[in-house]
Amino acid sequence: MIAGLFKFSFKFLKEVFIPPYEVDQIRKHMIELGMKTLPIVGVTGFIIGLVIAMQLSPVLKRFGAEAFLPGSVGISIVRELGPVICALIFAGRVSSGIGAELGSMRVTEQIDAMEVSGVNPFRYLVVTRVFATTFILPILTVYVIFIALIGAYIAVVLVQNMTWAYFMDRVIFSVEFGDAIPGVSKTFVFGFIVGIVGAYKGYTAENGTEGVGKASTSSVVVSSLLILIFDMVLVKLTLWLWPTVK
Amino acid sequence: MVEIKDLHKNFDGNVVLDGVSFNVAETENMVVFGRSGTGKSVLLKCMIRLMQPDSGDVIIQGQNIRELKVRELNELRKDIGFLFQGAALYDSMSVKENLEFPLIRNFKLTQIEMDKRVSKVLEAVSLEEAINKMPSELSGGMRKRIGLARSVITNPKLMLYDEPTTGLDPITSKEISSLIIDLEHAFNMTSVVVTHDLLCAKIIADRAIVLSGGKIVAEGDIENLVTSEDPLLKNFFSDEIFEENNGRVQ
Repeated sequence: MIAGLFKFSFKFLKEVFIPPYEVDQIRKHMIELGMKTLPIVGVTGFIIGLVIAMQLSPVLKRFGAEAFLPGSVGISIVRELGPVICALIFAGRVSSGIGAELGSMRVTEQIDAMEVSGVNPFRYLVVTRVFATTFILPILTVYVIFIALIGAYIAVVLVQNMTWAYFMDRVIFSVEFGDAIPGVSKTFVFGFIVGIVGAYKGYTAENGTEGVGKASTSSVVVSSLLILIFDMVLVKLTLWLWPTVK
Repeated sequence: MVEIKDLHKNFDGNVVLDGVSFNVAETENMVVFGRSGTGKSVLLKCMIRLMQPDSGDVIIQGQNIRELKVRELNELRKDIGFLFQGAALYDSMSVKENLEFPLIRNFKLTQIEMDKRVSKVLEAVSLEEAINKMPSELSGGMRKRIGLARSVITNPKLMLYDEPTTGLDPITSKEISSLIIDLEHAFNMTSVVVTHDLLCAKIIADRAIVLSGGKIVAEGDIENLVTSEDPLLKNFFSDEIFEENNGRVQ
């Protein structure tokens, strides 16, 4: 599977620069995938922010460091929790969808029909979707980070008397360039993983409806696992590139 | 028009096509008979290079399809229509969008010209009212008709049919077969039809071949094949005649 996925990714990189560029399809998929995932990642982000603040509050209080609560919450959400949680939810929602959709098109010969029509199905179906997931996930991540901060603020207000302006001031003061840029940048990689794994599993599906089910399920499992592995690698890389975050 | 020379194809050592050779003349309707799993669909897919044969040649309009570059292949495919077994309509597109898809991708037509072609083919398959429906709203017979309309909308010179009547009741099956022959005459096409439906073959075929064990075991006029004393053909067609009669009783 690894070799197949690697070849598939290489084919994507080869095809993505060859015209015609399916701009309408890319825009359609970006809107569709973004809108489909917006509510679920919003709710998740809000809960994560709220819970992290509630968990950190008593711990920091124990060390007499309650004042650092907005900063600590902000850094953990921006650097790690926002991007990774958003990517995992996105993988569950989108990778399985792409796997099932393309898998179903494969077993019902719709992809063959497209090829017979003189259309390059890889470019029309795969390149457009992977491009869309790669560029929509960073946007969703920024949204999740913002929603999570609202959640965290609500948790803080429950235990401390603090204004939104002061809370955000403390967050912005604590979160550095070296936290925000790598945090959001790695979601381009996560978005690519979600798209390419879903597309690969669906595009190569076989054995009828059973194959479609397998494509959908394994898309989520493989993309989630790859997100966590690449997160580990990218965190190490980030610390090497931006040593200020040490 | 079509020349198949010594075509071989195997999957993991399982021989599916074992030296298949035949010709189809211009405007001729050729039917390929055979039991399930005898490589009929594989033959059709090799003819349009959806599958690559292991050896042998497929020559369509004087061009060897195995030697063409992707761009040349796509150019040739504009002259070939393919009706898939399940019609293969694009689920996410309406009937109109399904019909327009090959036109948008391959021809520089104005919206008015496209609308005219869409209306013409929908009229030909008697489904004008389905223009805005989604594939999920269509019955099996309707899907086949729309699939047929999508295949002929580019005015192909050659049509390939993969089991056009499978899964349909005998009456709809007869209707689809008659529709195929009407379209053949209207659009002046050559066709290769893969089927095991004798009724469909009787309506469509000018000539037929029978595939068994990856080889052509008989070739000729459909009536001669059906009445042949060859034990293999007798056995094959007796089952088909039984199914045909059973269909009529129902």
